[in-house]
Amino acid sequence: MSIRGKAAIVGIHEYESRFDPQASELSIQADSISRALDDAGLTKDDVDAMYSHSGFLLAEYLNIFPDNIDTTQVGGGSYEFHIAHAAAAIAAGQCEVAVISYGSTARTAQRAIGTGGTATRRVPFHPEGFEAPYGTTTVGIYGLVARRHMHEFGTTSEQLAAISVSTRQHAMTNPFAVMRDEITVADVINSRVVSDPLHLLDCCLVTDGGGAFVMTSAERAKSLKKKPVFVLGAGQAVAHPGMGTRDLTTIAAAQSSKKAFAESGVKHKDVDLLMAYDSFTITVLTTIENLGFVKKGEGGPFVAEGNLTLKGKLPTNTDGGGLSSNHPGQRGIFLVFESVRQLRGERDGNQIKNAKVAVAHGTGGGLSVRHSGGTVVLSTEV
Amino acid sequence: MATEQQPYRKPLPELHPEIAPYYTGGLRAELMIKFCPNCNISFHYPRTVCPECLKSDTVWRRASGKGTVYSYTITYQNLSPGFREEVPYVLALVDLAEGVRVMTNIIDCDPKDVSVGMPVEVTWERAEELAIPKFRPQKS
Amino acid sequence: MSVRGVAAVVGIHEYESRFDPQASELSIEAESARRALDDAGLEKSDVDALYSHHGWNLAEYMNMFPDVIDTTQMGGGSYEFFAAHAAAAIAAGQCEVALVTYGSTGRSGGRAVERNPIRGRVPALPDGFEEPYGPTTLGRYALVARRHMHEFGTTSEQLAAISVSTRKHASTNPFAVFRDPITVDDVLNSRMVSDPLHLLDCCIVSDGGGAFIITSAARAKDLKKKPVYILGTGQAVAHPGIGNRDLTTIAAGQSHKHAFEEAGVTHKDIDLLMAYDSFTITVLTTIENLGFVKKGEGGAFVETGALDLDGKLPTNTDGGGLSSNHPGQRGIFLIFESVRQLRGEREGNQLKDPKLALAHGTGGSLSTRHSGGTIILSTEV
Ligand SMILES: [Zn+2]
Repeated sequence: MSIRGKAAIVGIHEYESRFDPQASELSIQADSISRALDDAGLTKDDVDAMYSHSGFLLAEYLNIFPDNIDTTQVGGGSYEFHIAHAAAAIAAGQCEVAVISYGSTARTAQRAIGTGGTATRRVPFHPEGFEAPYGTTTVGIYGLVARRHMHEFGTTSEQLAAISVSTRQHAMTNPFAVMRDEITVADVINSRVVSDPLHLLDCCLVTDGGGAFVMTSAERAKSLKKKPVFVLGAGQAVAHPGMGTRDLTTIAAAQSSKKAFAESGVKHKDVDLLMAYDSFTITVLTTIENLGFVKKGEGGPFVAEGNLTLKGKLPTNTDGGGLSSNHPGQRGIFLVFESVRQLRGERDGNQIKNAKVAVAHGTGGGLSVRHSGGTVVLSTEV
Repeated sequence: MATEQQPYRKPLPELHPEIAPYYTGGLRAELMIKFCPNCNISFHYPRTVCPECLKSDTVWRRASGKGTVYSYTITYQNLSPGFREEVPYVLALVDLAEGVRVMTNIIDCDPKDVSVGMPVEVTWERAEELAIPKFRPQKS
Repeated sequence: MSVRGVAAVVGIHEYESRFDPQASELSIEAESARRALDDAGLEKSDVDALYSHHGWNLAEYMNMFPDVIDTTQMGGGSYEFFAAHAAAAIAAGQCEVALVTYGSTGRSGGRAVERNPIRGRVPALPDGFEEPYGPTTLGRYALVARRHMHEFGTTSEQLAAISVSTRKHASTNPFAVFRDPITVDDVLNSRMVSDPLHLLDCCIVSDGGGAFIITSAARAKDLKKKPVYILGTGQAVAHPGIGNRDLTTIAAGQSHKHAFEEAGVTHKDIDLLMAYDSFTITVLTTIENLGFVKKGEGGAFVETGALDLDGKLPTNTDGGGLSSNHPGQRGIFLIFESVRQLRGEREGNQLKDPKLALAHGTGGSLSTRHSGGTIILSTEV
């Protein structure tokens, strides 16, 4: 048995504001759930499963009593894990209508996601005790992978910058994106170095935001308002330093993508859209390689040729990504929103022609230390 | 040995018995790494339970203290106290001769002189009752 | 489709020590994982799913790379939620061998489970409407006890009877922290901590943890021990809603319905109840909300010794959180004792030929927001 085609995404809502001091994490989720249910043509009473890090706090806020609750926290990739878990619960008959939601006020709260370091003095010994004393920042944790990738494969800062440039081109078509002015490779290279070799424009933004989506059984999906987007395959993985032996350019995506592609029966060449978590440019590069779209080490030349643009071989992060549109801290949910918009043909101004298959891959945690990778293959057809 | 004159402001680990020798070995100038006699392997970070066989008769071994840089990043921005005053500093992963990789800082050199593959050796930074293992270029 | 009989618990290990300053949460989990795998006759390399609040930290500690990861945090009831989620993942073909773990150094870490640790500014929702008034964990449960007494005439003596029965069970458990028999008077004469709850109405604080292994029913047949099948699962949360909650109705009132329906068994078939016992009132409301007795009849029921080994509903036969151990989230121990009893491995306090056990975990705070996870386990499909 597999979950292939058993469940579908039938409603989405991306919270529009990128800076909303009036909102709370719970209000963003509740508002988004309400509007995602509208999008699907469902109501709160239909919901019997809830996937959110806010757990019973959100159940209370919404005054709902779901029969299935999952709060799995694996960082920014959590939402792809939630899809995998919800698809299994739906397939196993534990629930029928699941809402998956996220809300964050990172910008209002002035959270320094990338460079805040570690505030507390005595940190837990496993694993922070072996890292925080040396001044780890999120950017530094990713910078280590970038440096190693450059060393092993000759990847250049210009190639990484090409990812920022393509992503910005997409953002220019998104009215809600924070950064919409065109940039060049030189702009990226000339921006301040935050953690060498990563420049400011290699890094994602910090914003408020969130959203919600609704999943249901393939059967029930057929009678709802919008064209269903079916879940064809889902893979979950974590990667970590192991015993102090890990190959830094091999990330969780390598493991999770195998399962997701095998389950879906989809080939890489069939994929019309890639939504790859873009906390940093190096995240996108290693994701493309580890998902198997190109061989390891070939990612740099591939992205430098403009393949991530709408006309390229692998249109990627067509909403403008975390690099230019928004990044409230855990961006994996937005990969799902844009995939659904593209597969429904609702992506005004940047629509891929007749898109049939999208792959969303969320990465959470620290790329050079411990992180998660969740791959989902989505399609207009079963 | 590097010393801190000011009160130490950077994060320090809880000194739990499971991991303590890594952060106290330096008081005797010894870099201590965990070893499983059943599997005949070294591993890091240190654990009571071997991550291969899951048995608990693991032992501490003194490491050579020599290694090479596997990757590094020069950190220009870190807002947390202690490190805020130290930027730019080198955050690095070092492959030890014993076959395990540790996170550390490369000190006692210009950050711009650090490179992947560079031979380094252990040194210590005293911090309260601890000695934090750090690395510096090997003296040839 | 349902998860009935699709998966089975095939290996367990309860960490023996109740106070172990050398151990860490991760070492307790890793050590217990090995011994639970041994119990099942499986290897670390067989594991392809991980259910633990330590998520990737435990994966790193054990150097493993599971294909399914679930860190659902539902407080003390998390382990019944994990069992439900693992059964679904196995049914859906996402994994075959799931490892569920828990480790806590609640005692040696000096954690005061019974005190309120929050100081300064608290999050607006929901703490902002509760913390300013000084609710302790105990106080949050005592509110339910007071209301139950008011509505149904439940007495402190009746609640004390739960402590007495549980202590009887603990006296047969060599690892239990408290093993000397107690009387109803002992409970009533113990210090009042949050009226109407006395010290002996409360669980203890210990170190500990453990692990169990779930696999498919097909694979379970070839393993070392007699499989304990998962027949039914139910998950629920309860919360103050819009400020209108009936305090004596808890999440168990919802979760048990799905579990019984899925399992296709009735209350009278249940040989063992493992009911989360953070406090005596937790047990009382659990028994009522699971439907073993009507609301308000729980007090009279427990007073007759119904929870003893020869009672109508033997309950918490390991000595529970009240007497054996409570490292903070006790739901995993409900599974361990259920499996021991169903395997016939509960030396000194074995039920005669039990076929069905019900484990119900409660997490969070009974009067405010909490979870309820119900699992029905059986020797047969
Ligand atoms: Zn070993």
